[in-house]
Amino acid sequence: MKFLLMVKSVVKNLVRGPVTERYPFVPKKFFKGTRGQVLIEIKKCIFCGLCQRKCPSQAIVVTKDKKNWEIDRLRCVSCAACVDVCPVKCLAMDTKYAPCSDKRYKDAFNA
Amino acid sequence: MSKRTIVPFGPQHPVLPEPIHLDLVLEDEKVVEAIPSIGFVHRGLEKLVEKRDFIDFTYVAERICGICSFIHGLTYCMAVEELMKIEVPERAQYLRTIWSELSRIHSHLLWLGLTADAFGFENLFMQSWRLREYILDIIEETTGGRVIFGSAKIGGVRRDITPEKLDEILKKIRSYQKEMLEIGSYFLEDSTVKHRLQGIGILSKEDAQALGAVGPMLRASGVSMDIRMMGYAAYGKVGFAPVVETAGDSYARCKVRIRELDQSVDIIEKCVQQMKEGPVEIKVTGFPNGEFFARSEQPRGEVIYYAKANGTKFLQRMRVRTPTFANITPLLSVLKGCQLADVPILVLTIDPCISCAER
Amino acid sequence: MTQQTITEISIGDLLNKVRAFKYEGWRLVQICCTKLPDVLELQYSFDKDYVFNSLKIVLKDTSTAVPSVSGIYLSAFLYENEIHDLFGINVQGIAVDYKGEFYRTQVKHGFNQEVQPAGEKSNE
Repeated sequence: MKFLLMVKSVVKNLVRGPVTERYPFVPKKFFKGTRGQVLIEIKKCIFCGLCQRKCPSQAIVVTKDKKNWEIDRLRCVSCAACVDVCPVKCLAMDTKYAPCSDKRYKDAFNA
Repeated sequence: MSKRTIVPFGPQHPVLPEPIHLDLVLEDEKVVEAIPSIGFVHRGLEKLVEKRDFIDFTYVAERICGICSFIHGLTYCMAVEELMKIEVPERAQYLRTIWSELSRIHSHLLWLGLTADAFGFENLFMQSWRLREYILDIIEETTGGRVIFGSAKIGGVRRDITPEKLDEILKKIRSYQKEMLEIGSYFLEDSTVKHRLQGIGILSKEDAQALGAVGPMLRASGVSMDIRMMGYAAYGKVGFAPVVETAGDSYARCKVRIRELDQSVDIIEKCVQQMKEGPVEIKVTGFPNGEFFARSEQPRGEVIYYAKANGTKFLQRMRVRTPTFANITPLLSVLKGCQLADVPILVLTIDPCISCAER
Repeated sequence: MTQQTITEISIGDLLNKVRAFKYEGWRLVQICCTKLPDVLELQYSFDKDYVFNSLKIVLKDTSTAVPSVSGIYLSAFLYENEIHDLFGINVQGIAVDYKGEFYRTQVKHGFNQEVQPAGEKSNE
């Protein structure tokens, strides 16, 4: 029977100081591959609509005749399915997340 | 017979991260019967399969559970791959195994933290979750997501890990393994923790089998049953034996999970050593047809994916039987005869994941 | 990958077959219901030493009474309440019968209703 084993952990914890980051004063470090939000380089886009069809959460609307590409940021689940299928590679995944919002909003891009 | 009282437990309770309700029939402080009710968070995800094509549904399957998300996605892919007769490339199989084991480590660390919290040891709770954070960082670095990996795909995996990265991960995990063992020793050797867990909620071997327990719950009762032994993904090539304890009490369940942490690190190491260069996915054409039950071992136990397809892009039926659903009946048997004060810890020892049970 | 057998049986044989599995020491893995265009399928699955065995019964509609197997395998009561609540299967004599209150869904027997496959994805 061992008693007070946990004291070791408590003392260690006192000496070490916090392991957490002081967010939001210290910005969070993201990794190279983090899936944040979808970015589009609208000049390269050919408005084929493949991203709209492959999007599992139906967040993307592509209007070919108006040359409009629209994404509902709160519907997007950051799965990067659109980035994978894009034939001209105009879509990319940012490591930062989309800004917080209490309302549904859409980001529209027009070429 | 003394007076009977009915005490409602949940759906909101400090130890419960998710809603389950139990009606506890008490005689003084002793529980004589427990009646569960779930259904607070039923989402109908199984029905959604009729509206989403089978490739899109991978993303839905991953979101059934936030903790074992990768294994959900993986098992769904396994079911569809079997229907479509797809051979997954070897490297993808190993990557799947590595990610499965990483999610097992992070799930078990989460469970250890919650258990420490339930018996009132906040510091240990914090330490377990601190370690879990490092594992989540590895996961984010390799897949891009912290809990929703999004890397399972029908026909393989979506991302590859470079050999240098793999070595780096292995080195990191080896150093965390020491810390895990240290935290594990607090759970297993400390007398206060032992008092709280030993001899509480004993589930005999016969009961465990008859009531259909799965996962650590079953293995802690002395039954050697681990679906990973069937050799899906690369488990057939790494060679390991299920972790079995015989006592059947809460302490044994805790011990099984701590020993599995250790085992998972070993499995990852073997995978890294055995992996060869190669493709990580193959192109999928055609539509699934037929019916199949895919099974895999989650941190909580065996998960079943039943898929039935008729050769169109929509599956006819996709059914998920999650480990928590199977573990509810053994939980009721364990609760019978325990003290009211032990109920929270007993509910936690099955590692409940209610929203995953209700889909 | 795995050994897996699915046998079709009639409703009358169900209890005897399930009892035989119990005596041989099989574990009840799951019970599920599948809605097909004209029939409903019930599957009772068992496992022993990683061998998987499933019994299938076919029902014409939900009015057919299905005997409960919860007297043989207690854990079946959850699955039987589930197929009752989601598909409206008439299961007789469940050990713990919630009488339709197991899943508090807005639509009763929701899984038994027709849904239109969304051909073109709409964006509301």
